[in-house]
Amino acid sequence: MRVSRSPHDRRRAATPLVCVCCAFLIVALGTSAGCRPTVEASAEGVGQTIQIKGSDTLVNLALAWVEAYHEVKPDVRISVTGGGTGTGIAAMINGTVDIATASRAMRTVELEAARANGIEPIEFTVALDAIAVVVHPDNPIEQLSLQQISDIYTGKITNWSELGSYDRPIVLLSRESNSGTYMYFLENVIREGRGDDSLLFSPDTLLMPSSEGISAEVRQNRNAIGYDGLGYVTPDQKVVAVSMQPEGPFVMPSIETVNDGSYPISRPLFMYTAGEPTGEIGAFLNWILADGQRMVRDLGFVPLD
Amino acid sequence: MVPGSSAPVRKRLEWMIETVIRVLGFSAIGLVAMIFVFLLMEGVPAFVRVPLGNLFSVRWYPTSGLYGSLPLIAGSLLVTVVAMLIAFPLGVGTAVFVREIAPNWAREVLKPLIEVLAGIPSVVLGFFGMIILAPIIREALGAPTGLTAFTGALLLAYMALPTIISVAEDALDAVPKSYRDAGLAMGATQWQTIWRVVVPAARSGILMALMLGMGRAIGETMAVMMVTGNAARMPTSLQALFMPIRTMTATIAAEMGEVAHGSTHYHVLFGVGLILFILTFSITLAAASVMFRRRTRGGLR
Repeated sequence: MRVSRSPHDRRRAATPLVCVCCAFLIVALGTSAGCRPTVEASAEGVGQTIQIKGSDTLVNLALAWVEAYHEVKPDVRISVTGGGTGTGIAAMINGTVDIATASRAMRTVELEAARANGIEPIEFTVALDAIAVVVHPDNPIEQLSLQQISDIYTGKITNWSELGSYDRPIVLLSRESNSGTYMYFLENVIREGRGDDSLLFSPDTLLMPSSEGISAEVRQNRNAIGYDGLGYVTPDQKVVAVSMQPEGPFVMPSIETVNDGSYPISRPLFMYTAGEPTGEIGAFLNWILADGQRMVRDLGFVPLD
Repeated sequence: MVPGSSAPVRKRLEWMIETVIRVLGFSAIGLVAMIFVFLLMEGVPAFVRVPLGNLFSVRWYPTSGLYGSLPLIAGSLLVTVVAMLIAFPLGVGTAVFVREIAPNWAREVLKPLIEVLAGIPSVVLGFFGMIILAPIIREALGAPTGLTAFTGALLLAYMALPTIISVAEDALDAVPKSYRDAGLAMGATQWQTIWRVVVPAARSGILMALMLGMGRAIGETMAVMMVTGNAARMPTSLQALFMPIRTMTATIAAEMGEVAHGSTHYHVLFGVGLILFILTFSITLAAASVMFRRRTRGGLR
């Protein structure tokens, strides 16, 4: 085949390919030329890019803030990524992001690592979050004490009938051990509930990689019990009232009960900056603490008083 | 390339192309070697920092300093073995059908369809498993939850099928037509010919299909993470098949994103990765040695 082809043939065969290449080149040149002015403008001008990274609990809220802030200050660019509290704090310590979002306070190890890097992290409480305990809507259970929840999650209570509900095995659902929600639940519910610092989740606990994993299973499975941020609880899950003491009072999570402190499983959500924030970062944080609080309620979190 | 180019130019061009191809070929080996060295560098500290008694215990609570990796290893093996028990007979059966029995038009429809099967992203399969398969399994088996090792094994079987079918089919394809003719000429039925002549002649290739499918299954992450429940419990009885388990791949994927760089947990995750690498490497090595032995004995592919 190849031998029989004349040079003419070969050139003709090559033409479409050359055309495609040329077209591609032109497009590539065009885009890069088109891009350049905007890049320069943002580098020398007013536009500043703020990077936010961290807690998956806070991602939706942070995105909503960024969108609203864009209306206020269109020339400030803010990018938000999740990945988890630990990831965000590590990135802040390494200087790759400006703001780390966190669903727990920084640990001493992390503080030491930051100081070793010459960074003094500044903490801002930006909203409150309540953790709701959820079950299947058909489950007759209405209320649980912290101690009962602790017994359930450590595998001491394994059947719903032990709690006065129907006769079914209990299937435990939890977030993955990397999530801030997991640590918070372990320390403040499982360990506090029985006052024992060495308690761990039962090995039978199903660790779900996402909030959607928990809600899908709770929706479908009458045996399941799960927990997640109040902002992620959908109407097709049943929320259980929780009490600090075994005898009560049992409190349903809501914006009011979290703010007055009567709901026992709630926590502050934080943003951390490397050193006292200045310029656009400081302005953004000030806006969150003032005007930004108005939208917190819409996303299922609890605004600061 | 250019018409009328002289012999030396063409020779130099050829040399260049050969060099490029050679570099590409060796770079594949180089990359694997570099990945292995990287895994060793990051993973070996785990075996130094954490006592082996802790590392090979049955309690995996990495945030509380308990790094028992046995439930993870056992979980991965359980899911993979069960997936292969399901996928291997089905895959070989399909390959035999497609290559030996199906009429031409059916083969032409089936082959591309099987290849499409391989292209379904694992996260889509995982979502399907979580929303549809898990409730069916929970209700059909009366298990407390549908997120079980068995659910994972079903999905993995499905994912390994295209690999097994294509490789097994290639192996059957390599059996010379004369073998089939001889079988039929001896008075064997078509089924006898397939079962006693063609499949045995292709057995090393079929074994290769099993190994490759297994490699695919043990390394799969996303689908498994979504449907197995990820509870790090030791599978001790047959019943464990219908209970949640946690695999090595899901553990690495779920925890690596959050772990502090250079911490013990970080190194342990790489250690788990190292164990996984050694497992898959030995599977591949076993497959290669089977192939090699056949070839040196003068058998068929």
